Amino acid sequence: MSSNHKRLSMGGRIDREQPVEFTFDGRSLIGYRGDTLASALLANGVTLVGRSFKYHRPRGIFSAGPEEPNALVTLATAGRRQPNLPATTLELQDGLVAESQNRWPSLTFDVQSVNGLLAPFLSAGFYYKTFMGPTRRAWMFYEHFIRKAAGLGRAGTDPDSDRYDISHAFADVAIIGGGPAGLSAARAAAAAGARVALIEQDFLLGGQLLAEPSDSAAAKWLRQAEAELESSETVTLMKRTTAFGSYDGNVIGLVGQRDPANPRPAGEVLQTFTMLRARSIVFATGAIERPMIFSNNDRPGVMLASAARTYLNRFAVLPGKKIVVATGNDSAWRAAFDLAGAGAEVTVADLRAAPSTALAAEAGRLGVVVRAATRIVDLNGGHAVRRATLNEADGQSEATCDLVCVSGGWSPTVHLTSHLGVKPQYRDDIGGFVPGAFPADRFGAGSMMGIFSTADVIEDGHRAGTEAASFCGKSAPVPAPSKLDLGETATAPFREIPSLGRGKAFVDFQMDVTTGDIELAYREGYESVEHLKRYTTLGMGTDQGKTSNFAALASMAALRNATIPETGATTFRPPYTPVAIGALAGRAIGHHFKPIRRTPMHDWHMANGAEMLEVGLWMRPYFYRQSGLDVNEAYVAEMRSVRQAAGLMDISTLGKIDVQGPDAAIFLDRIYANGFAKLPVGRARYGVMLRDDGIVLDDGTTTRLGENRFFMTTSTAKAADVLSRLEFLLDTAWPDLRVAVTSVSDEWAAMSVAGPKSRAILNAAFPALDVSDAALAHMGLLESEWQGRALRILRLSYSGERAYEIYVGATAGEQLWSRLLEAGRPLDLKPYGVEALGALRVEKGHVAGPEIDGRTTLDDLGLGRLAGKRSGFVGDVLRRRPAFQAPDRQRLVGLECIEEGKRLRGGAILFLPGEKPYGHGRGRVTSVTFSPERGHHVGLALLSGDVASEGSEVVAVYPMKAETVRARIVSPVFLDPQGERLHG
Amino acid sequence: MLPIECPCCGPRDHDEFRYGGDASVTRPAHDDPDPEAWYRYVFIRANPAGLHREFWQHVIGCRQWLVVERDTRNHAIASVELARKSPHSKSLARKSPA
Ligand SMILES: [Zn+2]
Repeated sequence: MSSNHKRLSMGGRIDREQPVEFTFDGRSLIGYRGDTLASALLANGVTLVGRSFKYHRPRGIFSAGPEEPNALVTLATAGRRQPNLPATTLELQDGLVAESQNRWPSLTFDVQSVNGLLAPFLSAGFYYKTFMGPTRRAWMFYEHFIRKAAGLGRAGTDPDSDRYDISHAFADVAIIGGGPAGLSAARAAAAAGARVALIEQDFLLGGQLLAEPSDSAAAKWLRQAEAELESSETVTLMKRTTAFGSYDGNVIGLVGQRDPANPRPAGEVLQTFTMLRARSIVFATGAIERPMIFSNNDRPGVMLASAARTYLNRFAVLPGKKIVVATGNDSAWRAAFDLAGAGAEVTVADLRAAPSTALAAEAGRLGVVVRAATRIVDLNGGHAVRRATLNEADGQSEATCDLVCVSGGWSPTVHLTSHLGVKPQYRDDIGGFVPGAFPADRFGAGSMMGIFSTADVIEDGHRAGTEAASFCGKSAPVPAPSKLDLGETATAPFREIPSLGRGKAFVDFQMDVTTGDIELAYREGYESVEHLKRYTTLGMGTDQGKTSNFAALASMAALRNATIPETGATTFRPPYTPVAIGALAGRAIGHHFKPIRRTPMHDWHMANGAEMLEVGLWMRPYFYRQSGLDVNEAYVAEMRSVRQAAGLMDISTLGKIDVQGPDAAIFLDRIYANGFAKLPVGRARYGVMLRDDGIVLDDGTTTRLGENRFFMTTSTAKAADVLSRLEFLLDTAWPDLRVAVTSVSDEWAAMSVAGPKSRAILNAAFPALDVSDAALAHMGLLESEWQGRALRILRLSYSGERAYEIYVGATAGEQLWSRLLEAGRPLDLKPYGVEALGALRVEKGHVAGPEIDGRTTLDDLGLGRLAGKRSGFVGDVLRRRPAFQAPDRQRLVGLECIEEGKRLRGGAILFLPGEKPYGHGRGRVTSVTFSPERGHHVGLALLSGDVASEGSEVVAVYPMKAETVRARIVSPVFLDPQGERLHG
Repeated sequence: MLPIECPCCGPRDHDEFRYGGDASVTRPAHDDPDPEAWYRYVFIRANPAGLHREFWQHVIGCRQWLVVERDTRNHAIASVELARKSPHSKSLARKSPA
């Protein structure tokens, strides 16, 4: 247990009545409710909190917010690991277990910090040159070593056991940022009558007002604003919620953290990802203070001035006793004054020759030593700062210190506005980038717009809130804003100049990018900001360079002797802060990743040993374990059973479309390559549809139920596409046709009985129906009822055997399935799965998905005769393109394996005998099966027409398994070319 | 996420819709034998930086095909109408033989 010896006895926004126990690197420590992990560590005197990314340099807490580059920790409890969390935004909670990162074996003694010795390898451009240049092969050698040495936190290897949720929220006005601008905007927008969502990443509202003393006028203003908003019924306050991205349609991506004061049982939701849709948005995202660039500016004990002030006033922690404040602007003086007021010895080193008399007077009153025209150039101290080297007009001096507060000015937080393409524009008068012109439904307010005095920020927030509400048509009279003037003086801009010291001067602390790296990039010609970024990895850390971007730009501008606008700005992309992948997935994980479609007979399959296969969203029986030990044994057994007796297959997944209307026959005649207008009522026909470009879209069977009514089936895979296509043609191309198309896929259970004994089985199952060949010929239809449900029996064959497709109302599907099996048991009826179905059709030479692959034409598939001399159907004109008629166009052929003990494989590439097996070859194997009829492997293939003569040989090469096998080109119909078995 | 104001269903997220391509090209009559006309219809696109008439189908909704005018530079949607009611379809219907 430690002492909180840096904690002041009074003040702050912590609850001293509620101590919180936590662990950092195995040490048990105490903080208070209201602390962040960072403030609690500082209160306990812990200043060394991590090692840097490349050089393993010791690092301390640098900021008090999401911009933190150094103090990244891993939360590790019971097998869960959440890496790379900024200690500065982690709300302290009981039992929190945090680990520092990038150190081995311990934080204070890190073996790899010796790897300053590795620095030559790790300089700017190391990754770039290694991956892009001639040294690429060297990467193989160094990879293991470098990866171990350079990295951030380690993620867990177990599945994420936390739960996440996704929610949707709606508002008239979304306000991003709960600082003075956002609060003022929310009050105004709510008063105008708008529904407001106020988003704040912190667990307290207030933004920079939280850095003001807890008994100040600012604190009173904040309490009032918060009370007013909390009591408003039209305002939703979303604390602990980060807006990480803004997207089209005024959608804002939010990720919300759990409130630790409301502990929930383990397994409850850790984070919630919310998509907030707003009619207008106010960006009140504030500004981020910038570091100063000097040698060893990364030492623990270097901290942003505003952060030091926040730790003092918000968390009642005095982070140093002898403090140097290094700056070039007025805002850092406020930190100096407050720290001095709390008892610290403070020296202000200001770059400017003459800071204002008002500041000098206040400094004199508080005993703050002022050194004008003074620049910090170096720091001494390893794990904690000890001495600062200051350059003055009349020479160099040293100042002992235990804290160095830095302020290199302020950068408006323009990340979210940039996400949707509002380009940041440089403003010389503030020395920073502000958003360019907004579209009409978006507004900026406060310091993100370059307004830095609290009084003006509140006015501006009020304006933005009123305008954003007015955009939504909410224009009730809005009272004047409640004023707050903190008397800030204007911040004079200053331009960062390159470091003068000899040690490493860091620009990007998280990615370990120094001024030396930027100089190297410049020397090697990587001058544009986008090149600089990729060459040095600047800004590519988890903090996206929030504190480093501007200094890097300014350094490059100085090297190029160019202005900042000439040097340019990088593009910010979502997410603003890291988001757990789990939060984006929500509960859509595992079996909930996508919906599952089950056929009406699904339960029967599961109860009867089916091995299931995912086909799109559908679950289909792959094979039945009763048929064999594995799929290869089972499918051959199931094929035999179909060819010798009969098999029963669940075909409910086929797309089923009801086509009705006086022009239905004309419509089908146009969308199929073969004619349907003359199809007699009660008859079915196989049809092929083309796309407009002449490529085959899908095939299936359509049955004429009546003069104006047809029943179409499509392949399982294309069901949705075909329906959508039909609707497209009816809605856009031929609105004059009186036709309606409706999906009835889910209304019907469908099963196929195939095999020589199929008619006998139907006789047994439906004793009241006449299924004789006279009553139900091949391609015929029989409509009836079964158990009160509609029944359709179509005599169609896919396997080449006598076969019947039976459709019944979906709710009776399982019942009829069982009835058929029972009736078929004496006749050896066996269920079969999709593997056997596929094998049966390959043996019969029927094309399916692997051949109708979006690249093949009717002629390629040997189906040209279907269209014959017809014209006027979809795709007819472009199917005649000359390129489709080229002699080397790949066409469907059959292949049989002619090497004993070898097999064909789908995807194998075809070459001529003696040809070198490189490149795309002459074609490819599309579908294969073992053929019990032939006693060896057979397959379908697409092969260049100029070499596809039946009887000649090809070589099928399968590089994935380094297999080569000889095959003979044959007719794709391996079985019963006369079609006699259809009537067997 | 773009909201599309479906004439039947009101404003809905664009992930309820299927994109259907350029609505400004003219589809030849079903029996037009001119390869040039079909080539232009299938392959030639203006790809404007600005307002673009395009087809969207409300697949997880009313299933109507819509003509949406969208600005390709900022995704602002200027208008949404039923494809069957768009002037484009009406002219087609007139041309189409009885
Ligand atoms: Zn709709």
